[in-house]
Order: sequence, then structure tokens, then C-alpha cells
Amino acid sequence: MNLNKLFGLSRSVSLGRNVFAPRVAQKGDCLHHFQSRRFIRSSARSLTYAKDLFLGKVNKAEVFPFPEISKEELEELNQLVQPVEKFFNEDVDSKKIDHEAVIPPETLNGLKELGLFGIQVPEEYGGLGLSNTMYARLGEITSLDGAIAVTLAAHQAIGLKGILIAGNDSQKAKYLPRLATGEHIAAFCLTEPGSGSDAASIQTRATLTEDGKHFLLNGTKFWISNGGWADIMTVFARTEVVDKDSQKKDKITAFIVERAFGGVTSGKPEDKLGIRGSNTCEITFEDTKVPIENVIGEVGGGFKVAMNILNNGRFSMGSAGAGMIKRLIELTSEYASTRKQFNRSLSEFGMIQDKFATMALNAFVMESMAYLTAGMMDRPGVPDCSLEAAMVKVFSSEGSWICVSEALQVLGGLGFTKNYPYERYLRDCRILQIFEGTNEILRMYIALTGMQYAGKILTGKIKYMKKGNVGVVFEILGKKLKDSVVKTVDFGLTGKDGVVHPSLTTIVEEQLVLKKVADVLINLYAMTAVLSRTSRSVSIGLRNHDHEVLLTNTFCKDAHFKNNFLLTQLQKNSPENNDANIKKIAQEVIAKRAYVCSHPLDRTF
Amino acid sequence: MSARVLVGVKRVIDYAVKIRVKPDRTGVVTDGVKHSMNPFCEIAVEEAVKLKEKKLVKEVVAVSCGPQQVQETIRTALAMGADRGIHVEVSGKDYETLGPLQVSKILAALAKKEQADLIILGKQAIDDDCNQTGQMTAALLDWPQRSPEDGTFASEVNIEADKLKVVREIDGGLETIKINLPAVVTADLRLNTPRYATLPNIMKAKKKKIANVKPADLGVDVSSRLEVLKVDEPPQRQAGVKVETVHDLVGKLKEAGRI
Repeated sequence: MNLNKLFGLSRSVSLGRNVFAPRVAQKGDCLHHFQSRRFIRSSARSLTYAKDLFLGKVNKAEVFPFPEISKEELEELNQLVQPVEKFFNEDVDSKKIDHEAVIPPETLNGLKELGLFGIQVPEEYGGLGLSNTMYARLGEITSLDGAIAVTLAAHQAIGLKGILIAGNDSQKAKYLPRLATGEHIAAFCLTEPGSGSDAASIQTRATLTEDGKHFLLNGTKFWISNGGWADIMTVFARTEVVDKDSQKKDKITAFIVERAFGGVTSGKPEDKLGIRGSNTCEITFEDTKVPIENVIGEVGGGFKVAMNILNNGRFSMGSAGAGMIKRLIELTSEYASTRKQFNRSLSEFGMIQDKFATMALNAFVMESMAYLTAGMMDRPGVPDCSLEAAMVKVFSSEGSWICVSEALQVLGGLGFTKNYPYERYLRDCRILQIFEGTNEILRMYIALTGMQYAGKILTGKIKYMKKGNVGVVFEILGKKLKDSVVKTVDFGLTGKDGVVHPSLTTIVEEQLVLKKVADVLINLYAMTAVLSRTSRSVSIGLRNHDHEVLLTNTFCKDAHFKNNFLLTQLQKNSPENNDANIKKIAQEVIAKRAYVCSHPLDRTF
Repeated sequence: MSARVLVGVKRVIDYAVKIRVKPDRTGVVTDGVKHSMNPFCEIAVEEAVKLKEKKLVKEVVAVSCGPQQVQETIRTALAMGADRGIHVEVSGKDYETLGPLQVSKILAALAKKEQADLIILGKQAIDDDCNQTGQMTAALLDWPQRSPEDGTFASEVNIEADKLKVVREIDGGLETIKINLPAVVTADLRLNTPRYATLPNIMKAKKKKIANVKPADLGVDVSSRLEVLKVDEPPQRQAGVKVETVHDLVGKLKEAGRI
């Protein structure tokens, strides 16, 4: 192997190492506690790769080597991929689906017969019983049509997932077989007109009947994918629960609701910008009688069920996005190589080449992150990869949007017309940043969960969590940065006696800070994923691994400098930080509910 | 009906792939290129499975000759409904020179060994377009008390009272013939529309058996009597020339030495 490439790879690894390597530079009680606590926890806890990044620790053992599947599994997977690809290439008319805003019954039947409605349902219930990795792989193909991808995902990644991960055996035996074949379609009903991101504030109510055998469900759900067709719904509602202090509390419970129970009405399908073939509508429940056997998990434990379901499905957005971008690269490169202007083909121009690099890099990072996460989730035990999955989702949704836009740009005016699929891909892509947890919420989740974890680890004293220890986190990160960038970094978060910068007590309110923290972490995880993947490719001699090394080095260099800038902005009184001004601007604009400035042409006399 | 059907399936470069000639011009690039089952073979498998579903045959056996990778192709046939597979191992140089003559010898030997009553093959393969294996196999097979027959280019196949009823396409239209079993049938495009190997069926097919066999075991010599001298791309299409009058046309044709 070329020596230069070896240097390139090692340089990128050492670049990474400088930021990652845990230094025992911190003196005092804190670190001592942190060390011993870690040791105890590491044997009992489940995977927390990303969470440990907040402590400046890279658990290399968890991400190197890149997860692999056995030869037999790979062959099986390739076999499974073939008919699905064929179906999507030959029997799916995406343009028609988008234009008519409906998926034709023949196409739906084809999907059902192929077995795509029960990919992760265990074989004993009539599904394919495939792993997360295999599900991600199939997601690369189904994403070729956005409406179909969302219909399938709404059905199995969230619709029936509740029964799968939290249902009891009789619920599984009763519902899964017909859901797996697609005879029944599932939907996930959490969002309401008044409760989107704030899922805990839902108002739909389930009251126990006199005889204690049924719950009566009343309320309205909104933005429900498959809402018009679903026969089986996972519905979340408030129930009155008596807790251990004999206090009556309102807690959320998850229910399996059949349309056949009665009182279920679906509104008319929403007319959407993209994924128009996917059915999205309002569902109203009026005194719907739900037997108590249909409670998923425990009464009052619904919120956790909801979060587990959502956290479970997110990672596949990475492979879905990558699949779509790979297809776009094929289409656009064909055009760029043949279309000539100024007597040269478009592909010779630097700004066009830039777009292809962007697409290749994004696809590369997305699929690396997706399969790393899926591989971690497929490990035995109950690995908690919710943080990693959230990172994959944020990166992939934004990466996809940028890449589709660039691809459209390559085609210029042609890309803007309906004669080409780019405008449809663009419209279908926009939803990725919104659903499954908006990117804003997920960034908060990433930053806060990580800091909460780090805080717990660092002192073990939860009540100090919001105060000093988050500061310690920043200090450790700062020290590392200093060691690699050789300059003093003062986040100004802890003073001499561990007194804290006032803003941290209300860190939850500091969204702009949290956004930067989340972005840093997402970049770190992305870098980990590509390093892991490329290391494996190089060591086993995978075809075209040289190109992978190139992509990895390019991305890591970029991400490293972006991270540096973000961390610089996070320092106390950093001149690079405009957050205070940003807030002020926003406050003034919102107070006026309009643009504030006088017109530039106005006079005062 | 206790008939056993042998179906030949060939692994070829996928029809959608852009073929490129190897720099040394000894063949086409196959490394890292997508391969799949020859479309005509898919139709053959579909027909065999249909006959089984109509309960006219008892067992469908899929056969392929080649290196390890052809097992994928056999598995696809199993996923479409074949009952078991036979992988005839031919690799390296032998595989590169494997042609209709050797394959038909193998199929003939297997037909005897497996006591097949019917062989269904694709009309031709999309890589070499030979259109010979079916005919050669039928010629090689020597079934006592039955004159070797073959029905080629079938567009509909049925078994009625121990005879094979075949509707064939000929230049003038359609011809219906009845032939005695055992027989060889080659499938053309319009015979049927092959089903998708659904994912649940692919999973079930994992349990079906594929037997390994070497050509030597069947007493077949796979050495080739043909040698490929070189492989070239077809000449680039030249732009045409427009002429204004018939006079010009005649003039141009004379110039080009065509008349």
C-alpha cells in the first residue's frame, strides 16, 4: 500500500487522537471519583459510546472494528436485495404516485407479497425476522420512492414496533401475523394538534369503564402517517394513575387500538409538499372501547414506550439517505459528463466537481454512521443507542437536503422541471428534518442527555448535575483542545472554587449553546464512523479502499476544523460568538411581530 | 403426475449493466460487475413452477454450471419455487470456455441420472446469444422407445394425458403441437412473466438443498474445441449524412463504392 496513503490515514487518526485522547490532567477529587465510578459502571451498563464522548473518552472497543455480518448473512442479504431492487426499478412509478398523491393498490400488493411489511417481525409471527443492519440495507432501496419508504416505516418502524418491543406474548400472537403480511396496516398515534414536539402534553384521554374491563378513548390525533388506512394503531393517551403515594396522577399509556373497536374516524388526507403518496391525516377517537388487555406495557408507562419506539427506528434514515444520494450521483454524473458548455463537459468545472464531492462525502458518512449504529444495536444485550441514532438522524436529514439541492443544481433549469425526478426528491426530502423528532429537539436531546450522563458520572451527585459538573465536562474538553491546538482555552465555566458561570444553572435554556455542543458531538460520532469503516476496509483490502481513505481524510479534516470553531465559540466572552446578539435580534423582531427596521428610503426630515 | 422437471439456469451479467471489454481484449469485464439470472432462464423456472402448481409435475430441480457464485442463481430459482438444486462445479479456465456443447452434455447426463421427464431451458443466454443448448441437449439425449423430440420457442406449455402440449411461435403465427415426454422445451420471452422471488420465499429457500457435482462425476469432458481470438466493442455509430435529392444519393453511394 502506498506510503502516502498510510500517512494520510495515520494523520487523520492522530488528528482524531489529539482531540479524543483522555488525559489525566485534571487533579483533585473529581477525577478520582470519576475513575472509580467508571470502572464499576462499565461492567454493568449497556453500550454508551456517544455518551462517553461527552467525557472526552473514546471507547474504541465499542466502535472498532466496524461491525461485520457473517458471509452467510451477507449472501442472504444480497439475495434479499435483488428482488426488491428489481421491483422498485420496474414496478414503481414514483412520478405517478407523487402526481396522484396515492400509492396504487397493485404496488402496495407487490410490496406486501415481497414481504416488506414485516421485515423485523420475528419469523414465528410470519415476518422476516431481519436484524437492524439488514433493515437498514433494505431501507437503501425503499428510499428510492419517498412515499413508499414513509408508508413502510410508519407501519413497521413505529406503527407495530410498540407491540414488538413492549407487547406481551398474547398481544404479539394476536396482532403480529397479520401485520407482517400487510393484511393489516399499522400507524403510530402520538401527535395531536396541540402537542407536537411537546409529546408529554397530549390531551387524548382514556378512562376506565365501570366494570374495569375497557378503557374509553377520546381525543384527536394529527399528522398520522397511514392514518387513513391503518387497521391497528398504537395510540397514546392520558390515564389516571394512582401512584405509590396514593396520589392521583395523569400518566400516558400506550394502547393497541383496532379500527374495528368503533368510534374511529379518519379525516381527509393532507395535501403535502412531499411524500404525497403517503397517507397523512387526522384521526378522531370517540368513546372507542379498548379492552384492558390491549395496554402495551404498564398503565402509565406509555411515554417510555413511545420514546423507545422512536429511538429504535431513527438510525435507518442514514442508510435511506445514502441510498438516495448514491442514486442521485449516478443520474447527475451521467448528465455532467455529457452536457457541454464553453466547449467542455460540466464535470470539468470546479464548482460542479465540488457538488459531486459533497454528495459522495455525505453518502459515505451517512451510511457509515447508519451501519455502525445498526451494528451496535444488533449486539446481544439491550444496547441503548438512542443518542447515536439521534445523531444519525440529524446528520442524515440535513445532509440529504443539501445533497438533493446540489444535485438539482447540477441539472440547472432541467432540474427545476417535473420532467426530472430531482424536484420530487427535494420535496420528499424536506420532511426528514421535521418528523421523527425535529432536528431542533434532537439536538437538545443529544446535548442534554450527554451532559446529564457526564454529570452523573463525574460526581455521582445528581443535585449538582446542573451546576459544577457540566463545567467540568467543558473543562476536560477544553484541556484536550488546548493540548491539540496549543492555546489556552477558558470556557469560563468554573472559577477557582468550582463556582459556576451563572448560565449553567439554566443550561436547559441555553439552546444556542446546546446546539453547538450537539453539533460537535455529531461531528465526532461521524468521524468515528468513517474512521472505523475505513480502517476495516483497508485492513481487509476491500475494493476501492483508497477512495475511502480519501473521503475519510477529507471529511475528518473538515469536521475537525468545524468543531474547533464551534468550541471556540463556546468559550467565555468569545468574540466569535454572536449568540447574545442573535437573541436580541430575535426578541426585538418577535416583539414587533414584524421586521423592525425603518425602510432604507425613509427620511427624518 | 410423477414427472420430474430439470430447469437449467445460467448466471450472466445483469441486463442493465453497461458492458465493457477487457483491456487485453480476451473478454468482457466481469469482476465486481452485477450478475443475475438470465432473463430467459427466469421464464423457464417460472414455467416449471407453474406446472408444479397445476400439479402436472411433482418436482422441479434447478441446475447451473459454474463456479461458487452460481449458487446464488440456483438459490433464486429455489426462492421462485424449485424444490432442490444441483450445482455442477466448473471453474477457472474451464468456466471461461464453457459453451453450449459442454453444458448440453452435462444436462443430458443429469437428465438420465435424475430420471427427468422434462427439461425446460431458456431459449438463449443474453451474454453469448448462442441459442444452441436446448437443441443440442435434446439431440444428445437418447431415451429408449421414444424418439427424441424437442419443442422450441414455446409460448404456452401444458401437460395433457402424458403428452406435452406446446404452443409455438413461428413466422406465420402460432402452432400447437403435441409431443411425447420426455422432451426438451426452450422458453421464449412471451411464455410468461416470472414472479418475484419474495423475501419470505428466499428465507424458506435457505432450507432447500443444493447438491454439488463435478462434470467428471457425470463422465463429461468440458474441454472446449473453440478458442476465442479476440473480443471487440461494436464499431461506434457514425453520424449519418443527409442528402437533398435522389441524384445526390446515387452520387454518394457510388463514392462509397456501394454501387
